[in-house]
Amino acid sequence: MASRIVIAGAGLAGLRAAQAARAAGHEGEIVLVGDEPHAPYTRPPLSKQLLAGEQTAADCTFPGLDTLQAELRLGAPVVGIDPAVHAVTLDGGEALDYARLIVATGCRARPLPTAAVARASRPDGTALSPGVPSVRDPGVHTLRDLDDAHRLAAALSSTTHLAIVGAGFLGCEVAATARARGLEVTLIDIAAQPLPPLGPVLGARIAQLHREHGVALRLGVGVAGTTSEHGRLTGVALTDGTTVEADHLLVAVGALPNTEFLADSAIELALDGGIVCDATLTSVSDPDVLAAGDVAAWPHPGAGGERVRVEHWTTAAEHGRLAGANAVREPGERIAHVAPPYFWSDQYDLKLQSVGFPARAARIEIVDTEASRGRLAAEALDDNGRLVGAVTFNHARRLADYRRRLAADTVAA
Amino acid sequence: MKVHVDMNLCQSHGECVLAAPDVFELGDDDVLTWVQDADESQRAEVQEAVDVCPMMAIRIED
Repeated sequence: MASRIVIAGAGLAGLRAAQAARAAGHEGEIVLVGDEPHAPYTRPPLSKQLLAGEQTAADCTFPGLDTLQAELRLGAPVVGIDPAVHAVTLDGGEALDYARLIVATGCRARPLPTAAVARASRPDGTALSPGVPSVRDPGVHTLRDLDDAHRLAAALSSTTHLAIVGAGFLGCEVAATARARGLEVTLIDIAAQPLPPLGPVLGARIAQLHREHGVALRLGVGVAGTTSEHGRLTGVALTDGTTVEADHLLVAVGALPNTEFLADSAIELALDGGIVCDATLTSVSDPDVLAAGDVAAWPHPGAGGERVRVEHWTTAAEHGRLAGANAVREPGERIAHVAPPYFWSDQYDLKLQSVGFPARAARIEIVDTEASRGRLAAEALDDNGRLVGAVTFNHARRLADYRRRLAADTVAA
Repeated sequence: MKVHVDMNLCQSHGECVLAAPDVFELGDDDVLTWVQDADESQRAEVQEAVDVCPMMAIRIED
């Protein structure tokens, strides 16, 4: 096959797909199309080292771009597709035909859902903007890309009190980074504990960790709006009638797949916007369209064969490698993605690691602790007591053992 | 084939240990050790380790 492969999305998954397609022997053109002006870069430091000022954008750029045998088109996303004629349209109108298309467009920050409660005025007389804080409002941020990170880093250097809505991994990591920079931090979530996918027992430990580091936790409460004075954010109004003082607000309530350009096409999307794929990351609607990373919804043996969508760094890397190689193969020869999902999170001195599907477990049991080293190992079990995932704190070797075990179980299944 | 790991960057994710178990190993203290002079036959798995390292800490020096 010596005609063009187009890869929509120039993040980790897209870059790895380009490299893998070439390594698999593709001799034709490879065009990697990105919406951002930046060369492909790694995102995990955006909430940590880059936000802390320890790393620069240059440190985040992926190595190997100088030897990448592909054409990089940056700053112009794919905005349309016509699968019948095998062509995509870029922003600006240019059409690119393809023999195979790999969609690796990633996610964008999810806006806050409409608040349940809105009040017109506050007892203390400050102005209240009821409803959903938006990034168009002064002092309100989301964090997905390099430009977001630079804006937030600048804000952190001129602020005293940061409020964060969403105690997921991103919110928790930014809370830790901001505390290390000496800011007052309030972490708000409608859930009863941080990191709900890890279950209440581990969530309570994470809550305690943040309290010990001086974060004010406001759990089990929603956001009603923001307060401002002279056009500057002064606080976040909560659904219990209280107001949290803040001059900047980070909204970190999850992400949505960037697949709108497929919405009116023949390519089937799941309800959440994921691209409905088979086990080989091939669209069920079109064998010449593959997906990689955040946007792929594919059946996973570790989830009982149900389709999952996984937004982890490692899955994007693995998907990119596989989708790039599979794009060079004919449909019947393609390989399935079966590796159990892995992710990590760094907060203060904690390295949290997880493998498998703890969020789908019937229960999560702590099986080992070593308090002096801050170590913990927990197993995620299904109704039959079968291991479906594992979580460790500061115990990388143990987690690697669980990854091997779950990978072997998956192959055996 | 020389395998170089920047231990200032390494955070013991263990990706390389899974990609190339004959080359990389995590000790009980979670500190990485590796074969610095790996066999040419291990190039593909070491390249995979390079690609999947979240910290971009591994380099192959020919």
